[in-house]
Amino acid sequence: MPEAFEPRIVAFLCNWCTYTGADLAGTSRIQYPPNIRIIRLMCSGAVDPVYVLKALLDGADGVLIGGCHPGDCHYQSGNYKARRRVAILQSVLRQLGLEEDRVWLRWISASEGRRFAETVTEMVQYLKEKGPNPMRGEWAI
Amino acid sequence: MPTRGTIPVAQGDLLGTLRRLLSLLLEQNVVDAVLVPVATPDGRNLVPTLVRDPERLVAADPVAPVMPIQSARVVSQLTFTEPTQRIAAVLKACEWRATVELTKLRQVNLDRVLTIGVDCYGTFGVLDYGAMAAETPDLTMRLLEEVHPTEGFRWPNRELRTACRICEHFVPQGVDVRLEWIGADVREAIGIELQEKHAALAERLGVQEGDLLGREEAIARLREARLERRDQAFAAFRQQVRTREGLLSLFSACLRCHNCTVTCPICYCRECIFRTPTFDHASEQYLKWAGRRGAVRMPTDTLLFQITRLNHMVASCVGCGVCEDGCPNDIPLTVIFRAIGQEVQALFHYEAGRSLEEELPLAVFREDELHVVER
Repeated sequence: MPEAFEPRIVAFLCNWCTYTGADLAGTSRIQYPPNIRIIRLMCSGAVDPVYVLKALLDGADGVLIGGCHPGDCHYQSGNYKARRRVAILQSVLRQLGLEEDRVWLRWISASEGRRFAETVTEMVQYLKEKGPNPMRGEWAI
Repeated sequence: MPTRGTIPVAQGDLLGTLRRLLSLLLEQNVVDAVLVPVATPDGRNLVPTLVRDPERLVAADPVAPVMPIQSARVVSQLTFTEPTQRIAAVLKACEWRATVELTKLRQVNLDRVLTIGVDCYGTFGVLDYGAMAAETPDLTMRLLEEVHPTEGFRWPNRELRTACRICEHFVPQGVDVRLEWIGADVREAIGIELQEKHAALAERLGVQEGDLLGREEAIARLREARLERRDQAFAAFRQQVRTREGLLSLFSACLRCHNCTVTCPICYCRECIFRTPTFDHASEQYLKWAGRRGAVRMPTDTLLFQITRLNHMVASCVGCGVCEDGCPNDIPLTVIFRAIGQEVQALFHYEAGRSLEEELPLAVFREDELHVVER
């Protein structure tokens, strides 16, 4: 029997909110699927599309970008700028026929450990239904 | 209100009249130098040239249909460290629009620049132009006399650059001074428009009252044909990327030579991430990847490079197409960037190069927008 598909998610989380929220999920012992690999950045506004694309083209099934809720950015406006970057990224992906719904942007605060765990669960479920990233099988890219 | 008028063409010599006009700017001390395309000694190319001695304007030609490099880059070089002297820069419409983007990106300082935008009937590739010029003395006038109403410049067995064939922005908007030959009888008179703050120049440059009859109609006709060609090109592109094979074949010829970033006027970073060791890995790593996928294309990350460049540049892309000129393998970058850029710029109600006032999409934000990308 073939092994069940387990999506791999690369997550870029801001230091001040979402990463701390993930930390809270852990210290609160909230269970969530182990499909996520977290990279901590100082701000969601520092997520250059090149890193999201690198993950997707190398075969990650999903990329999660986590930032502070609007109005709560530690640097005032980094998350609003992240939202514009993600809008461009999703538009470019869609227009090239690539799957923009593999890129999620979600606001999760430092106190929302449960929301973090639920986000990972929801994303894993979504990607399981969607299937593996087809770019994983492409060698000539 | 801008001042509109005409400049009579002396003895039917358009280029002589234009050179005289630029020379007046230097002689009357309006500016200290003029940046203008000047023919190379062999006559087979024109290069942006910074002229201080009016006699050096003898081979200047603001009409010639060739753009070996994007002058916006030169304007950046000439103004980046805020010189004290004044420059007049003669720019084609796309060069002006790239200059607008670079100004907003703080790579150009227009404080001491008199921008002179010129009508553009399109440009040929440098090698095409060289071959045409070698066999045709007075090439510019020949082309002007044979201008086609829905194509612009035309020459047997030669095609305009892709960017020009699909360009609807051939009349520069918002420049200090605009020199106009669309809709003009170029042996008689050309049109000129001066922004209000430069109205005083009209007398010094010998501007006469009047206007070009039929100019608006000629512009509309050319624009309509260009838009139709543009939309056909966009549709063909969108058809091609409907399959993943189509997408991959679009970029399969990429060498990662980075010529597109070198020629692009807007791609200004002093240190590009693709020129750093960021994506260099331990040798063992490539073998690991080859093991996982069965094979791996070397060097890696060509598609990553192309899609990243799209992400970084499309919001400010003016569609000048010099990236495609730089590409040794003819990747159709002009249409790719223009098609994708149209939709991306529309997201922010932005049009690259349209106005100095409109803020760059990635420099500003609104609190209440784009909720569709939030999950």
